[in-house]
Amino acid sequence: MPPAPPPANTAPNGVPSPYDGTPDDALVRRVIEGDKECFEELIRRHQPRVFATARRYARREDEVQDIVQEVFLKTFERLPGFRFEAPFEHWLMRVAIRTCYDFLRAHQRTRESSFTDLSREEEDWLDRHKTEPDAADERAEAARSLVQKLMDTLTPEFRLVIQLLEIEERSVKEIHELTGWSVPLIKVRAFRARAAMRRAIARMKPEKYL
Amino acid sequence: MNAEPLRQKLLASARAHPPSDRVPYAFEKRIMSRILNREAPDAWAAWGFVLWRAVAPCFALMLMAGIGSYVMQPASEDLGSQLDAVLLADLDVAGDAP
Repeated sequence: MPPAPPPANTAPNGVPSPYDGTPDDALVRRVIEGDKECFEELIRRHQPRVFATARRYARREDEVQDIVQEVFLKTFERLPGFRFEAPFEHWLMRVAIRTCYDFLRAHQRTRESSFTDLSREEEDWLDRHKTEPDAADERAEAARSLVQKLMDTLTPEFRLVIQLLEIEERSVKEIHELTGWSVPLIKVRAFRARAAMRRAIARMKPEKYL
Repeated sequence: MNAEPLRQKLLASARAHPPSDRVPYAFEKRIMSRILNREAPDAWAAWGFVLWRAVAPCFALMLMAGIGSYVMQPASEDLGSQLDAVLLADLDVAGDAP
């Protein structure tokens, strides 16, 4: 059995970090003053959350790693502009969400897929949902892959707003802070995104599954 | 036809499957090596790049200004008679005086 990887707050060789207990803001100040090595500790602390965020928007692991790398490189470049008004983690997540959105826009063409090409398991799950909705387990793998296909049919704007508002269940204010979109724009996009999802579902053999 | 219950069920499925936060081994080392090996940006190279990009628009503007001034110049008198009129204007004014 291969050895388990060290926890995220230790260095790869398993040695605890010398910066344990040092607040993020103090590390950020040291990076700005020229101590680049402190940035490694910031990466180590926050990379699990950035990886989880990137995996919501990219499927392939190499794409996920590229996104995370881009997030931290951008963060490092923009660090002198950090004003210490909000926690560093909030600022980092803004960079992460905007990088994921850029990724969705850049890969829009290659990601278009049809929600009508269903696997046997997915069709079985939909059949079960139609005949006995409560019996269709939302934790099933087929349901998870159906959601991914459905999300792939949406434009980057709609996908981002559904992801943040309905899946991560964030407030409109939080989405405004993360994306920079105005509150009315978020509400309009959410309304249109829900309609686009319903249209995508309706295209999928409605006589059979709806 | 009502797609909303199925949509809600699929969204519940997405909420039930949060993505993994697993990090590849020593991923932070990879990013740090990119940061530490990155070359400082060369300001002169950036300035030269901007100047090269400006060549074509400036040349086009110069051509348009040249063509415009050629087409729009008055077709009346030639340069020689205009020069005479300017030089002799003072004499004309002096001759008219009582």
